Amino acid sequence: MVTANTELAYNTKIEGDIVVTKADAVINWLRSSSVWPMPMGLACCAIELMAVGASRFDISRFGAEVMRFSPRQADCMIVAGTVTYKMAPHVRRVYDQMAEPKWVIAMGACASSGGMYRSYATLQGVDQIIPVDVYISGCPPRPEALLDALIKLQAKIGTERSAKTLLASA
Amino acid sequence: MTAPADVTAALQSKFPQVTSRPSGDHPAFNVPASEVIAALKYLRDEFAYDFLVDITAVDWSADASPRFTVIWHLFSTTNHGYVRLASDCASDTEPVAPTATDLWPAANWHERETYDLLGVKFEKHPDLRRILMWDEYPYHPLRKDFPLAGIEVPLHDPEVAALTGASGKPAPMMGGPFVASSGEMNLTDAEPRAKDESWTESQVKPVSE
Repeated sequence: MVTANTELAYNTKIEGDIVVTKADAVINWLRSSSVWPMPMGLACCAIELMAVGASRFDISRFGAEVMRFSPRQADCMIVAGTVTYKMAPHVRRVYDQMAEPKWVIAMGACASSGGMYRSYATLQGVDQIIPVDVYISGCPPRPEALLDALIKLQAKIGTERSAKTLLASA
Repeated sequence: MTAPADVTAALQSKFPQVTSRPSGDHPAFNVPASEVIAALKYLRDEFAYDFLVDITAVDWSADASPRFTVIWHLFSTTNHGYVRLASDCASDTEPVAPTATDLWPAANWHERETYDLLGVKFEKHPDLRRILMWDEYPYHPLRKDFPLAGIEVPLHDPEVAALTGASGKPAPMMGGPFVASSGEMNLTDAEPRAKDESWTESQVKPVSE
């Protein structure tokens, strides 16, 4: 994961105990290494999400085992399951309650596009109401696919201009 | 094992207006609406049909009369037999049926679903409101005059609707519905394959024939 923003420049002979790097690199590294998910587990994909949190597939390796069901304490909302029109405004409200920086993973076919439910009752993709960063296909996706999505999200976080955003809002 | 013949005979002797209904699988009876709860109770208590499998309804068509028929499916966990009761609703515009929640608490959600999707109201139901669609949804989706993909409706939360610009749009049908029974056609041709990206909702399917 080496991009212009995430390069950490460290030379022991010169700096000793001091690391000289870009603020973006450190901030993005911290944020991507501890993405705390908020499981919006609505249907069957939530079972695979639970499997990812368990020991065999172990999301804890990526720093994301802290599943915070409170949006205030979470970084990434994983929409795992079918979003019906009845539930859609509530998903949006929970998303609005999350603090910046926040990301969204649309897990599975139903969250990405409405899935097999092309009907009057199902929202055709959760990206109609919230901005999605990573889509995962599958019905349900394998737990490894969710981990792959998490890795992609970490790479995406690594490319953000975090220092600029923080300084702009200060 | 209670044979269907015993059930038929006993049911028809106790409720003379019950008639046999043509059925491909299980014994089925037409029952007038005024007697259906008594018939269900009788089947439950005397013939051990203790498990309410489903309550649903049929909408024959917008022009048919009677338009709605409510169906109860019962199963006997001891005798392993099914039975079906069907009862036409008197009114075509305001269909009503008696509730079975006093006999089986499970009837609560089945009747809510029938109300939500077909508009059949159940008298004396403790909590008759929609179950899949939101409470103020204006249509009954499984009625024959409702299009398969849906009708555009604004989201029921005006704040979220204004914030996101989303609404309940008709689902993209992609040339569907793709219905084929086995033997009718090569099922490979029955559905668009994932790799066939030659057409989508925004691109018209190229004419190949």
